Amino acid sequence: MSVPVRIPTPLRKLTYNQEVVQVEGANVREVLDSLESAFPGLKERICDEHNNIRRFVNVFVNDEDIRFLQESDTPVKTGDEVSIVPAIAGG
Amino acid sequence: MVSGAVFIHGSWWVENTRFMDRRPTFSHLRCRECGREYPKEAIHVCEFDFGPLEAAYDYNAVKEILSREVISQRTRSMWRYRELLPIDGQPSVGLHTGFTPLVRAKRLAERLGVRELYIKNDAVNHPTLSFKDRVVSVALTRARELGMDTVACASTGNLANSVAANAAAAGLRSFVLIPSDLEPSKIVNSLVFGTNVIGIQGAYDQVNRLCSEIAGKYGWGFVNVNLRPYYAEGSKTMGFEIIEQLGWQLPQHTVVCMASGSLLTKVHKAYQEFIKAGLVDATPASIYGAQASGCSPIVTAIKSGTDVVRPVPKPRTIAKSLSIGTPADGYYAIRTMQDTGGTAEDASDAEIIDAIKLLAETEGIFAETAGGVTVACARKLIESGRIPRDESIVLCITGYGLKTQEAITEHVGAPALIQPSLREFEALIEPHTPSTLN
Repeated sequence: MSVPVRIPTPLRKLTYNQEVVQVEGANVREVLDSLESAFPGLKERICDEHNNIRRFVNVFVNDEDIRFLQESDTPVKTGDEVSIVPAIAGG
Repeated sequence: MVSGAVFIHGSWWVENTRFMDRRPTFSHLRCRECGREYPKEAIHVCEFDFGPLEAAYDYNAVKEILSREVISQRTRSMWRYRELLPIDGQPSVGLHTGFTPLVRAKRLAERLGVRELYIKNDAVNHPTLSFKDRVVSVALTRARELGMDTVACASTGNLANSVAANAAAAGLRSFVLIPSDLEPSKIVNSLVFGTNVIGIQGAYDQVNRLCSEIAGKYGWGFVNVNLRPYYAEGSKTMGFEIIEQLGWQLPQHTVVCMASGSLLTKVHKAYQEFIKAGLVDATPASIYGAQASGCSPIVTAIKSGTDVVRPVPKPRTIAKSLSIGTPADGYYAIRTMQDTGGTAEDASDAEIIDAIKLLAETEGIFAETAGGVTVACARKLIESGRIPRDESIVLCITGYGLKTQEAITEHVGAPALIQPSLREFEALIEPHTPSTLN
């Protein structure tokens, strides 16, 4: 299924300045793989060489941080929105 | 001989001030993860790995300009170290911020059973009584240099107060976004400055996420988002001041409270930079982090022996200014503590309240809940032998107690009530204090 993914400003050069892109995937891992197919180079910015989401990247499905869900295995379904947000300082 | 030396130092100061105007010390931004360099713009993360960008300096240029004599002749504010701050020109916001007292805390030292204890008291920082005035002064000075007319922040309270006040004084439009359940004092202390306060029905981390989306869309100067590399550097001035006020030496142990963990890493960076600049000898200086038990993701990682910080989904503590469940600098804070021989501790709400009262009753300093966290955790670190009793210890107090008075109102008792009569007064105090007239 297709879900919208919100792209943070630092990565928009790779998405031709699109804030939101639509990609296929049944879970976060597949969504990230689809992102890479559509916008080559994007996944390596988000994931390290071991395919883990980088330390300073937060990924949300709707309003939930995927670290509180099932990490990259977190399922996504029609109507969900995925957001990629850089970690920011507090407070 | 002495006056001759002073004259020579005076000449140095004039010469070096001119030199500083010609040669910039702040050179570029650099990714803390991969080292890639970036221009000095309103950007905050590396495009390649999302690592935080940090200000980089030409330390040779700094070394040629700064000396103990040059610094000590300058105005007593945080800007006396301006060559180590990320601005191009002269400071224009928060000119009176910093150089807060470093108090020799003899009575508290006696209670804690330690020899040499100091309180770095940012509860009396100008203008909004927290260390956040340091970071905001740098961020807004830089925002002006970058041509911005609107500044904003996500905040747990203190940052909002400081952005609101400093933006008002600088004539900048401001927006502060806060969790809607903050302490009433912190909300009033933002509203009074005429800023746009937006309460978000969610936790701080959700506010932060929203702000990062707004910052990308509107181009405002979000002090803790796209101005973060500039903002964060302001915290170093707390460390610079500690060294100078200790007579140009490093404290052996420094205890800092942690929300995102940024302040702790920047106090350490300050110590390292003064060593690099030849301003202080490199002696051991351990750094310790303090969090409230109701939101202690960094402490939990340290106690579990890992550098992976598991976020806290729903922080529950009276220390709301430290209630950041997803600490952006947690990883670096852990490394800093480990590299310096420090460690971390957490304190319950009851321990925090006791510590606020202990600091107030021994040193006359009323700290907000975050200060109670610092004192409570220091106490536990000392009692367990992790901080030695016979070495120099600095506790960083980051905000003023009236901002969070709701947290302790029910724990400080109430005034004794009597009629305006000497008989009632004496009946009240005689059991405690024998009259000297008898």
